[in-house]
Formats: sequence, structure tokens, C-alpha cells
Amino acid sequence: METLLQQTVNGLVVGSVYALVALGYTMVYGILGLINFAHGDILMVGALVALEAIRLLQLHAPELGLVPTLLAGLSVSVLVCMLLGYTIERTAYRRLRNAPRLAPLITAIGVSFLLQTIAMIIWGRNYHTFPQLVSTTPLEPVAGVFITPVQIAILVVSAVLMVALVLLVNKTRLGRAMRATAENHKVASLMGVDTNKIIAATFVIGSGLAAVAGVMFSSNYGIAHYAMGFMPGLKAFTAAVLGGIGNLGGAMLGGLVLGLVESIGAGYIEDLSFGFLNSSYQDIFAFIILGIVLIFRPTGLLGERVADRA
Amino acid sequence: MITLLDARNVTKRFGGLTALSDVSLTIRKGEVYGLIGPNGAGKTTFFNVLTGAYVPDGGELVFNGTELPSGKPDQVVAAGIARTFQNIRLFRDMTALENVMAGHHIRSRANPLSILLQTRQAKEEERLITERAFELLRYVGIERFADTVSKNLSYGDQRRLEIARALATEPQLLALDEPAAGMNATETARLRELVQTIRHDGVTVLLIEHDVKLVMGLCDRLAVLDFGRKIAEDVPAVVQKNEAVIAAYLGGHGTAGAAA
Amino acid sequence: MNELALAIPWLGKRHPAAARWVVVAIALAAPLIAILFGKTWVRILDFAMLYVMLAIGLNLVVGFAGLLDLGYIAFYAVGAYTFAFLASPHFDIHLPFWIVLPLGAGFAALAGIILGLPTLRLRGDYLAIVTLGFGEIVRIFMNNLNHPINITNGPQGINMIDPLVILGWDISRPVKIGEDITINSLFLYYYVFLAFVVLSIILVQRLQISRVGRAWAAIRDDELAAKAIGINTRNMKLLAFSLGATFGGVAGGLFAAFQGFVSPESFSLMESIAVLTMIVFGGMGNLAGVIVGALALTALPEVLRHVAVPVQQAVFDRVILDPEVLRMLLLSLAMILMMLLRPSGMIPAYSRYSRPELVVGKAAGEAPK
Repeated sequence: METLLQQTVNGLVVGSVYALVALGYTMVYGILGLINFAHGDILMVGALVALEAIRLLQLHAPELGLVPTLLAGLSVSVLVCMLLGYTIERTAYRRLRNAPRLAPLITAIGVSFLLQTIAMIIWGRNYHTFPQLVSTTPLEPVAGVFITPVQIAILVVSAVLMVALVLLVNKTRLGRAMRATAENHKVASLMGVDTNKIIAATFVIGSGLAAVAGVMFSSNYGIAHYAMGFMPGLKAFTAAVLGGIGNLGGAMLGGLVLGLVESIGAGYIEDLSFGFLNSSYQDIFAFIILGIVLIFRPTGLLGERVADRA
Repeated sequence: MITLLDARNVTKRFGGLTALSDVSLTIRKGEVYGLIGPNGAGKTTFFNVLTGAYVPDGGELVFNGTELPSGKPDQVVAAGIARTFQNIRLFRDMTALENVMAGHHIRSRANPLSILLQTRQAKEEERLITERAFELLRYVGIERFADTVSKNLSYGDQRRLEIARALATEPQLLALDEPAAGMNATETARLRELVQTIRHDGVTVLLIEHDVKLVMGLCDRLAVLDFGRKIAEDVPAVVQKNEAVIAAYLGGHGTAGAAA
Repeated sequence: MNELALAIPWLGKRHPAAARWVVVAIALAAPLIAILFGKTWVRILDFAMLYVMLAIGLNLVVGFAGLLDLGYIAFYAVGAYTFAFLASPHFDIHLPFWIVLPLGAGFAALAGIILGLPTLRLRGDYLAIVTLGFGEIVRIFMNNLNHPINITNGPQGINMIDPLVILGWDISRPVKIGEDITINSLFLYYYVFLAFVVLSIILVQRLQISRVGRAWAAIRDDELAAKAIGINTRNMKLLAFSLGATFGGVAGGLFAAFQGFVSPESFSLMESIAVLTMIVFGGMGNLAGVIVGALALTALPEVLRHVAVPVQQAVFDRVILDPEVLRMLLLSLAMILMMLLRPSGMIPAYSRYSRPELVVGKAAGEAPK
């Protein structure tokens, strides 16, 4: 029972990271119908840029406290990623908006590998230790469950960001324009919405969220690496599909559900498979869920948008 | 007159909207049958149910005495119904000839093994398909464009090519979805000739059309749909005087004008 | 073959017959030219032939049928591991290659059907992600199935795989002619692989110009219209998937025999992406383009390896971009730039799905374009 509770907490933490990344996938998909394959790599860039910024700060401004250093590093990384997201959309995707359907997807794959290669050139192939500015030492167990300060921070920050995003989309002019563009580009632009601007804004917001997710991810596990974006990216995409792609609430729900399934599943996979499989198979849960959802309920848990761009 | 297609109480709903409600109509062998109605009357829905793109919520379609499979477009084509699309859908990267050859798919037999081994039957079949495709291109009058990639054809020729491709499936019933849309007067006149030739050669034609003049001049009989219901079915002269039809066209949402 | 000849600049259009002989001569003489630069280059040629086979197989799926498969390398892995299981000391089974190779191809085809059955009705981009997931699952299993029962030997892979023995002749041993001429086995492998490539080209071209090839092209161009002319799209897609997988399986078996060992590392996502880039680079759906793409993108990174590394050493006194980074950089840039600037590839000659000349007096090319 205690294991179950513990795995639930771990699952919620990982799940909220997935959810933040999934929001970026789902927003872009909702508006462009494009699987932005490079989105997971933005997370990686976010983590590595933050790492670099924090290192510099610690070197040149050691008198700064831990939390201010982290916040400064985070801000730099969010800004860099927003700029990166904008640049990618502007230079690669925008020109392909009316191209045959496979072209943008293939380009996105290319962008993903390009980002990884550039990161490999800058940061090398090695795993980097990510400075743990928020403690990862568990607090006093509550009901037998251990939780670390960084995990609490992740849960709080994700919750705040998700609420902020929902408010942005539902209550602001920008949000209204985004929803209109997702509904129908042509009509939206006839109504005076500058759809190019809105699409760029979507990429910028999504990339910012991915940067935050990257910093949280690395803070939690204490490492950063040029290829670290691939798995979380794929899982976040799964989360977006699971919740119903194009649906913000769905991405959040999907992220949490996936985090829980994965975390609890990993704890029990050995028993479930009679000792044949062990926790090194944890990563296949996401793929199996993805397959099952796409085959049996392609609209996801909450989605009603029947995407049919075939 | 022999009945070719017998639609009985066909109903199709989308959520709360009933797009087709209890539509019954019969198409006789050898005629040109028109299906008209204001926008949103359910013409294209009927088309999609007939050709297996949609599964109807009620009713049945009997073709040549046997019930048509619903929701299985390839089997509908095998049974002898071919269609064209309102917004032309050709295989854009294939030549005109290849488009028509692709249309022969269902009437040819070669399997992957015989193709890989290039058996004599496979080779002979390929030659026959090529020959027959040329004939069909000549039939619709675009033989000289056989080697042109279809996306480079003119609009009118694309329409003709789509008809040739549909004919390649050797249909008994050819269903044309607004074939005259976007055509100028000359092109429309040539299209009318083509439809008459097709009918003359023994293929029954179902025509959905907005161009009321074309329909009245070309069809032997026609049905009028309004709000998913059939409001009239008769020869053009009678339908033209039907009050319900006039009301439907002039009743606030009509654009085509039954008086034309 | 004809397409390759036509693709030769200048000569191809003017003297097709001569161009054809040029292609044949290049194909036959390639290893003799390569050896002038060292044995490594013959080995690179051998690998290039394997990549050509993979590209031909993937092109069948992506280029002809329009199904984006990002897990294609899994079929290569199935072929390679089948060979490793059945012709190595690992299980102490040593079946001859003419049994193992077809078995590997068969298993790969089966894997293609198993993957395709539930997924082929998905839309293009979803299919891409699901196939990617499949590739990763296969890799995870290869990496971990060494426990509790050792099947794949985990990340270490399987060693000492039997070489190709054709009619009792072990082609991994150099052949001695007379006293002082020996033919290195790398040459022998090259010609064996070349034979497989030629066979693949012939088979794929036969499929392309047939009702099957036209059905695939129809599905790729407009699936709804393909259904409307009576094509059973599900079966045709499944056929493309399993035939494409078969090519991957054969190439995998040859790879295992040639290399002598297999490990999960050779079957990473990057390899799937590399093969995809080859066909994007050369020209999707166009056989000649695909072959040229595979050759170019196998050779270019190697050229860079041999040129860029010494240059960097001379200029910067150290290697900033190692060969693996260079390869990834080249592939990812090729993919992006081709899509943006030249989406139909380096050799965008249009594909043929018919032979109008079959009908007397109806040779192609008469009509105005």
C-alpha cells in the first residue's frame, strides 16, 4: 500500500512535467495539425541552457542565493527557448504550411535531430550533473510517503502555469484569437486575426513551457544530456493524444494519467509478467498506451475534435 | 423498364441533424436520373451513402436485385457503381493514362507473385489494361494528353479524365457529383454530349447538379430533395410545375431558381 | 536501370544506350576504383549496397504508398537477429544462408503485418509516431532480453555469426588466383550485395509498373478517391508494409553475415531516420533518386570523415566535430533543406506507373506537356 502511494506521488510529479510538454504539442497540433517533433528537444535545450546559465552565475556571482540563481537560470532558458521556438516556426514550418502533408512532419524530424546535433557539439556527449539548487533530500515521511522539496516545487509550478495558460486561452484577446485560428485559419484571418502572429505566439508559449519542464526534469533527476528530450517528448506526445489532441485540459489529464500509469506500472511490471520483464521496460508503457489509444479511441479521453486531414 | 437501383427509406443522421429522412427512389436501367435540391438538401449525403462512404442509419439500397454493402466503397464499385467527386479528385502525380489504368484495378486479377514473376497472364493483362485505358481516353476526348501528369491538365479535361477513370471500373451506374460545376457554356455543352453518349452505350447515369437547365434538358426523370426529404420524383416537365419544388427553391434559401 | 541511366546529366537524355553501359560499368568497377583509396572504401561500398537495399524497401512504403514509417530499421533488426540466432554459436545452430535469409525475410514480413494490421488505418502523422514507437519497443527488447532467459545477449549483441557460404564457397575468405593475386572478401561481398540490389531493383520496378504500383500511388495521392475506384486500401497498404519489411529483413540478414556480429546499437532510431533522409534526398518515390540518395548519403559522411578530421586537426589542433557529429549534422540539414528547397529530391524525374509503348504506336512523350 505504501509502495502504491509512493508511486502515485512519483507519478504525479513526472506526470506534471509530461503535461507541461504535452500542452506545447497539443497547442501546435490544434492550430497547425502538425506534430512538432522537435518539441521534446526544446525541453533539452531548456535544461542545458539553464545549466550553463547557472554555472556562469555560480562562478561570477556566488553571493547570489540558491533560489535566485535558479530563477535567473530558468528565466534565461525560457527566453532562449521562446526565441528558438519562434525561429523554428519562422524559418522552417511557416514555408511549409500548404505543402503536402508529410513535408512538415519530415522537416520537424530534421529539426529535432539538428537540435540534438548542435547540442552535442556545444555540450558534448556526456551526461552533465545538474546543480540541485532545490533540495532533493526527502522530507519527513507523511503516511509513509517520501516527498522531496524539488518534487513539491514541480507540482506547484506546473499547477500555476497550467492555470495561467487556461486563463490566457479563455480570458484574453490573444487566447480568443488562438481559439479562432485553431477553428479555422481562413475565417479567423477574415475576421481580422493576424494568424501568422498567433501561430508564432503559440510556438513561443509552448517553447517557454517546454523550457520550464526541462529545468524541472533536470532538477529532479540531477542530470542533463543532449538526447534527454527524446523520451519525455515522445511521452508528452502520447499524453496529448491520450487526453485528446488539440484539447488543453486533455493534455493536462493525459500527462498526469501517463505519469501515474508509468510509475505504478514500473513498480508492478515484474509481478505482472511473472518475473519475465523488469523495470527497464518502463519506457514501453507509453508506446503501448499510445498504440491502444490511437487504435481504439483516436479522439482521446476528452477530445471531440475528429481530426480528419487525411 | 427494369429497376437498377432501388433505394428504400434511406435515413442518415449526423448527431441531432437528420440529413436524409426516409428517402426512397428508383433508378431504371438505361436512364439519366437527376437528383436536385437546394444547398444542404442532402444530395451529397445520399451520394455518399450510395457509394459506401457513409453507413446509413436506416433503410436499404438494392442494386440489381441484391442489397449493397454499406460502408464498403470497394465492394460498391465491384457491384457496378462508380462515382466522380464534386471537387475533382484525381491522382495528381500520375499521368492521365495511369489514372484511367488505376481505375481498372478492380477489374484486373494479377497478384503480387505473378507480377514479380512477370507471368504471361500478368503481361497480357497489363497490355490489355493499357489498351483499354487509351480507348477510354479517346472516348472522353483527351487521348492526346495521355502522357500528361494529371495535375497539369485543364479544369475541363480533369473532369473528363475523372469520368474516364470512373468508366474504367466498368460500372452499370455512373454517379456524377455536379460535373458541370465551374464549367463555361462550351464545356457544359460538350459534357452534355458526353453524358448522352455514355447513356447511349448502356450505362445508367445518376446526376447531381446545380445547373437546373442542364438537368432539365438531360434527365429522363429526376427527384428533388429538400431538408433531407424527397419532395418530388417525376419527368422534368412535371417536376418543374410541382408547387412544393417551386416553394423549396424560392422559399428563402433557394439560389438556383426552379424557373430556369 | 533505365531511370538511373536517364539521370546521368547530359549523356542520359542524348544517348540512353551509352548511359546504360556507363551505369553498368560504374557498378562493376566501383570496388576496383575504391581500392585505390584503401580497403576501407571497399567496405564503405559494401555498406552502401546494404543502405541501397534498405532505401529501396523503405521507398516502397513511403515513396510509393505514402506511408511514413519511422520504425523501418526494426525490420532490418528482425532479419539480422534471425540470421544471428540461426547461424552462430549463440544457440549453436548453424543453418545455411539460403534457409536463414528467407526465414529472416519472412519474419520481417510477418512483423510488418503484425504492426500494420492495427495501425494502417491511422492518419499519416499518427502512423509515423506509432511506427517509431514500434522501432523503439523492438530495440528495448533487443537490449533487455538477456534476462531471465538469455535470448538476445543484451547490449553486447551476438558474435561470431557465420559468413555467407554460397554453394560450399565461404566468401569471407580471400580467394587466391595463382601465386600472387588474392581477391579480398570485401570484393566478393560487394558483388553478392550488388546482385541482391539488382534483383531488388528489377522486382520493385515490376511492382511499380503494375496494378499494385498504381494502387499504391493512388492511395498516396488521394486515399478517398482510391477507395472510390474500388481499391481495397487496407489490403494494399498491408502489402506495401510487408513487402517493404521483406527487403529490410533480407538486408538485415546480409548485414549480420557480413559484419559477423549484431548488437542493438546498429538499429537505433537514427538509422531509421538516416534511411528516410536518403530517400528524401534522392527523390521520394523515384527509384533512381532513392539509389543515388542512398549512395550519396553513405559516401558523404565518410568523405567528410577523411577530409574534415585532418583539416580540423591542422587548423585547430584538435577535432571539434567528430565524424559521428558530422554525419548527424549532414543528415539533419539534408532533411530540412531538401524539404524547404527541393521537396521532390535531387532527381525529381517523375515516376512511371505504366508503359504506354505496350500499345503499338502509342509511345510516351508525344503529347504536349
